[in-house]
Amino acid sequence: MFDFGIVTNWIHEFLMRFMPAWLTTTVECVLVAVGLLVAYSLIAMFYIFYERKVCGWIQCRLGPMRVGKWGLLQVFADVIKILQKELITLWHTDKFLFKLAPYLVLIASMLTFACLPWGRGLQIVDMNIGVFFIVAVSSIGVLGILLAGWASNSKYTLIGAMRSGAQMISYELSCGISILTIVCLAGTMSVTGIVEAQADGWFIFKGHLPAVLAFIIYIIAANAENNRGPFDLPEAEHELTAGYHTEYSGIHFGFFYLAEYLNLFIVSGIAALLFLGGWMPLHISGWDGFNAVMDYIPSVVWFLGKAFFMTFIFMWIRWSFPRVRIDQMLALEWRYLMPIGLVNLVVMAIIVTKGWYFGA
Amino acid sequence: MDFSIFGVQSTTLAITAALTGVLLVVGALVIAWLIGPRSYTEKKGEPFECGIPTRGDSMAQYHVGYYLFAILFLMFDVETVFLFPWATICKNIGTQALLAVGTFLVILVLGLAYAWKKGALRWK
Repeated sequence: MFDFGIVTNWIHEFLMRFMPAWLTTTVECVLVAVGLLVAYSLIAMFYIFYERKVCGWIQCRLGPMRVGKWGLLQVFADVIKILQKELITLWHTDKFLFKLAPYLVLIASMLTFACLPWGRGLQIVDMNIGVFFIVAVSSIGVLGILLAGWASNSKYTLIGAMRSGAQMISYELSCGISILTIVCLAGTMSVTGIVEAQADGWFIFKGHLPAVLAFIIYIIAANAENNRGPFDLPEAEHELTAGYHTEYSGIHFGFFYLAEYLNLFIVSGIAALLFLGGWMPLHISGWDGFNAVMDYIPSVVWFLGKAFFMTFIFMWIRWSFPRVRIDQMLALEWRYLMPIGLVNLVVMAIIVTKGWYFGA
Repeated sequence: MDFSIFGVQSTTLAITAALTGVLLVVGALVIAWLIGPRSYTEKKGEPFECGIPTRGDSMAQYHVGYYLFAILFLMFDVETVFLFPWATICKNIGTQALLAVGTFLVILVLGLAYAWKKGALRWK
């Protein structure tokens, strides 16, 4: 498969030829930042379009059709519109925290976004504690949402933020435990390591029932962590108007909206990374011809394809189930997902120590 | 050895990513500030409340349950952090690791069972 490391190494050596080392590093960091910004905005725009089209399809509508061919330019029109809106700050708001909240939310999603394995040799932040880092930084987002609700000086936002906080921290546990299950199987926390370990079979196939269970738990928990789907009660419009971002206007609101869609991509990407092999192509041992054909598909296409497929599942869930109540939401997490996840972790540990998983 | 794009340290790259996030917010805010309208009306600063004038303090009372779940979360989250290093090397250590963490998990689950029995997991 094509290794993007060749390209980046070439750029590095090319720059090193006529620049001092510190300048090279600076230029490379700028390149990384530009790449991140472009990828971030493209993915966000695609996702908004994707969600509206899938939603329309599920509800037997066409979705956006007016602006551009098949409504392709609708997102651009929305961005221009939202940029033109006035930024309103209320009386008695905590101005500093009110303005800080979007920064926190976007920084959290940008950091997690940079950790995703985009393809062979194409990953920005790759630490040896990769998955742990992802879990750690993605929880900064909760802080942003709590601050947004607290600082807005409105009853709706306060209650919305509290609900959102309770929901996100609760489901973060299940997310963490299902990630732990996979770390147990992979024996490493590094994102590259986890992807490499799936070369001869994706973890969802390798890990017997515990991996499948962890996958299901991860889907439910990630859905809830994103305040999406049946778990969108922080923004239940008939109770709380718009939840924690009721008082944000214009592009301030846009940031939360952007982060929400990016987080959808990020959780899909993490699901693809942990369970569906990251950018690894589908290999069936013994089927050499089939494997060789699969190797021809670029790794970026594999990763994005898996992520978009996972997103489709998330959207399907969102438009299929009615919203849950808060007591049902908390009971589902603390009485079902958490105990099941812990037992699942122990079973996985037994399987791993006994070497019963496939490809041991 | 871990892969690293351009051979730059991952800490630098993480800081770059965080700064990119800040840049995105600042850039969009500057554009919005340049092309957005500005008007000053007395009523605009009121917190939204169904269209009627705002009543009372916005720092309303809310359910104590949120606090309870936050404490429970704190307990379990710290435990999850402890489990990460174990999960990484679980494959190499074998049965001994299993026993050690089994004990740890039993104590942890006892805590959850106690909270459950006390009714802390019920939303009243």
